[in-house]
Amino acid sequence: MPTVKFTYALNRFFKGLKDTPTEGNTLKEVLKHIDTRYPGIRNYILDEQGSLRRHVNIFIDGTLINDRTSLSDKFSEKSEIYIIQALSGG
Amino acid sequence: MQKTMLLGTRKGLIAYHFNKNKWTVENLSFEGAPVSIAYADPRTGTWWACIDYGHWGVKLHRSTDRGKTWEEITAPAYPEGEEIKDGIPATTRYIWAMAHGGNKYPSRLWIGTDPGGLFLSEDAGNSFQLVETLWRHPTRKDGWFGGGRDQPGIHSILVDPRNEDRVHIGISCAGVFETIDAGKTWALRNAGMRADFLPDPSAETGYDPHIVVAAPTNPDVLWQQNHCGIFRSDDGAKNWIDVGETEGPARFGFAIAVAEDNPEQAWVAPADSDMTRTAIKGALCICRTDDNGKTWKALRNGLPQENCFDIVYRHALATSRDALAFGTTTGNFFFSPDRGDSWQTVNNYLPMIYSVQFVE
Repeated sequence: MPTVKFTYALNRFFKGLKDTPTEGNTLKEVLKHIDTRYPGIRNYILDEQGSLRRHVNIFIDGTLINDRTSLSDKFSEKSEIYIIQALSGG
Repeated sequence: MQKTMLLGTRKGLIAYHFNKNKWTVENLSFEGAPVSIAYADPRTGTWWACIDYGHWGVKLHRSTDRGKTWEEITAPAYPEGEEIKDGIPATTRYIWAMAHGGNKYPSRLWIGTDPGGLFLSEDAGNSFQLVETLWRHPTRKDGWFGGGRDQPGIHSILVDPRNEDRVHIGISCAGVFETIDAGKTWALRNAGMRADFLPDPSAETGYDPHIVVAAPTNPDVLWQQNHCGIFRSDDGAKNWIDVGETEGPARFGFAIAVAEDNPEQAWVAPADSDMTRTAIKGALCICRTDDNGKTWKALRNGLPQENCFDIVYRHALATSRDALAFGTTTGNFFFSPDRGDSWQTVNNYLPMIYSVQFVE
């Protein structure tokens, strides 16, 4: 069962956010599952067309995903999936 | 004068309240987050914050207790598969206008967005739907383009209080559109406007009305600060005439306001040309016309007159009875109790100011 870890920046919107064991065979399924635990969080990570937001990154076991549009990057049962904000802005 | 002002700023929503002859901060919400529009619905007193989180997308919040607590509402979203242009997915990039739907429709709200979608709520803002008739307008994909923002954006929504199914909207860059049936059909209203930046300055669309406002006492009188001048219409936007100065400062800028009690009195916040976009010769002024745009008077009393770079964004000039207020790109906030004849500094240290609204 992969674990999802979140940037601290999301704590502002979702109190009590913590490392979360999750379900799903694809990243889309994982994020859908996470959204049931933290309602609304999917909209913070993906836009309404299902793509990863421009200034958000997802790492799987330390490697940045390649497919930001359909989220087809693979992971394993033991993977750690990090959701991180890009460092941008002022 | 209404005694509260809501400000949308680059670093949060700020509410000022007028008490004992002084404006003081009543509320700061969403500290650090860009609030593109801070809007109070005068029918209910509900405050709305349209937020542009750089990382996490556009969000919408409302408060029924003057900002003490907020509830997040699902922000307007484009239906799956919609595209700005072929191959470019449509997502809500920015909320650039918000307006209530009138007293006849107490649950109706309108929202305008970048990339050009108009959204309508019929349930007091619990949900918003894309107005597909406008989104599918035959001019949109080829005749609308970015201006001020990378993609086309709806910044002006004017609901006619005499017939609340009649709505004018302003789009940069496309122009002015009118519906008389609450969005079922749309008519272009660009006659008389100019688009000097286009190969064909009298094209069907592609105009850049920076902001459009209607006179409360006669909603057929519309004013706009356009990229190419100041325009007025006396016939509900069917025809526009340029009433800007050819030599004086009242010409280029972003904001415009019209008096609540006089359709012939309006104010603009001049900026230098579109090439520099700074205060003209380092001096800040507001220009007022009292005669329908025939003449303009530069009002400078109390405003900085040297070493000033401020300009005023399109939603950041507001009026209420004799009062006028504006916020600037460098975080200065000014108030006039006498229609601009004299100015007081409210704050010199605010973030960049995007919107100002007088509310109860």
